[in-house]
Amino acid sequence: MKKYILKRVLLLIPILFGITFLSFAMMRAAGSDAVLQKADVSGVALSLEVLDAQRAELGLDQPFLVQYFRWLGGFLTGDLGVSYVSGNDVFSVFLSKLPATLLLTGTSILLTVAISIPLGILSAVKQNKCIDYLIRVCSFIGNSMPNFFVALVLMYLLAICLPIFPVISSDLSLRSAALPTLTLAIAMSAKYLRQVRAAVLDELSKDYVTGARARGVRFSVTLWKSVLRSCLVTILTLLALSIGSLLGGTAVVESIFMWDGVGKMAVDAIQMRDYPVIQAYVVWMAVIYVTVNLITDIVYRALDPRIRLGGEEG
Amino acid sequence: MSGNTAAAPVRSQKLRKDYTRTRLFVFSALVAALLLVAVFADRICPYDPNGQDLANALQAPGPAHLLGTDRYGRDMLSRVLVGARTSIFSALLLVAVIAAAGTLAGILCGYFGGAADAVIMRIADICLAFPGLVFAMAIAAVLQGGIQNAVLALAAVSWPKYARLARGQTLSLRQADYIHAARLAGSSPGQMILRHVLPNIAGPVLVTAMLDIGTMMMELAALSFLGLGAQPPTAEWGSMISVDRSLLQTYPWVVLSPGLTIFVSVVLFNLLGDAVRDCLDPRGTGRKQKKIRDGRK
Repeated sequence: MKKYILKRVLLLIPILFGITFLSFAMMRAAGSDAVLQKADVSGVALSLEVLDAQRAELGLDQPFLVQYFRWLGGFLTGDLGVSYVSGNDVFSVFLSKLPATLLLTGTSILLTVAISIPLGILSAVKQNKCIDYLIRVCSFIGNSMPNFFVALVLMYLLAICLPIFPVISSDLSLRSAALPTLTLAIAMSAKYLRQVRAAVLDELSKDYVTGARARGVRFSVTLWKSVLRSCLVTILTLLALSIGSLLGGTAVVESIFMWDGVGKMAVDAIQMRDYPVIQAYVVWMAVIYVTVNLITDIVYRALDPRIRLGGEEG
Repeated sequence: MSGNTAAAPVRSQKLRKDYTRTRLFVFSALVAALLLVAVFADRICPYDPNGQDLANALQAPGPAHLLGTDRYGRDMLSRVLVGARTSIFSALLLVAVIAAAGTLAGILCGYFGGAADAVIMRIADICLAFPGLVFAMAIAAVLQGGIQNAVLALAAVSWPKYARLARGQTLSLRQADYIHAARLAGSSPGQMILRHVLPNIAGPVLVTAMLDIGTMMMELAALSFLGLGAQPPTAEWGSMISVDRSLLQTYPWVVLSPGLTIFVSVVLFNLLGDAVRDCLDPRGTGRKQKKIRDGRK
């Protein structure tokens, strides 16, 4: 197990290099000359000498790889440069907006779990019955709506027609979080419900379930004590792996509901072509995502002896 | 659970088989109709989709304008119809590109292995290390808008899925006896891949691609919604919603009609995808997902 963790962490290093290099190269390829951009945004006309001096100060006259490693060094020490638009330190802005996004992510995951695990189990147990079809139709519908449209429909129904919730989020309260949470949870539950259903059905089709039934064990006992216990790990792993789509989805939803998190920050930055901010967002989201996936994999192996043994043989 | 298990599987399988064929037929017909509408959109739309008529701006749906008009008095029905072309064909192009590129990369990796395999799969890992839409947003931001660039951005993040699927399938095929036999009979690698590997993995790839069309339509629309895809005044569903979303409170139809159109089209493509999957793989999602999981290792 220790060997496995070490191997995974070592494998992560080239990926992190890839992520940072790709993000850096992309933003450079955008043809963005930080000095010109800054001068553009501030609207001040500067002489060429001043521009060159500023370039030298920022290290933009250095070769590409040197710039990359400098930037990487800055990234590791929490210095991601300053925003072209506001002039604020990018990393501290990012940190100040992160809690809002984490709150939204957390509530969405909780709601997703609360919706999809019970319904997924119910749907699997009542396979091909009325209730199963109903749940599957709902999940199908949820899966086929883009989340920005869900957001707008919810806004129309629950904030405009029936003014229960605020249209835009003015603060970090649960009431403001309700609509964005619901939006994200609908999309996620729809996808996740199917996975829960498939996992439970897969487990239900195993021989021991038939065996238990043949020996006269009540179905509810088999379900709660054996089936759910053995597929819980799979279910939770799938949940953790779907965090990736959630991280992308928050950007859209945050900007619709004016939720002041990193996603909205990124969307605003994209509109203003504020590359240091976009860069920080992309790199950090990727790092968070990779880390969550790694932890999930490790926990999955730690919890499920079947995977562990299978992996050590192979 | 009652004791009717002995009879149940046989009967339900029989019913399902007939049903699947019908579903495939019906949904293919509906999707074909949708594609025809998209192809002939500019012939059947009642008004010029970009023709402004400020005197009739923001009219509610009525006999003259079936879906109402937007803030410049443009007919919503015409814009939705013409938008179908951009939204649907760019999604189809996107899926075709990623399925072809990803599958090719995956087969080559799985068949030849070695250094190329390691390199391509590491690149795929890096692309997969970004949460999907986040990376696409960044690429689209660098490439500066436009629906072609949105397609490119999504292609860059979506091909690894196919590469992994195709690689996993190819790896498991390599052990098959007929592959060994074909190799002993002197088939060249090119022949092996085209004659034996590709036809055998085409099914899962096709199913994945069909199910991806709807998702890709939504992601393209999301990028356009963020201003990173089709640019106004081009009629595209996502950007139509984005441009007029401030009017939701007072003139909901300008948002609801493109939104519902996206929804209906995605539903149709997803239903067709499900039908294709059930036809090709009667044992359902469980098996397919397991294959994908195995491919990931």
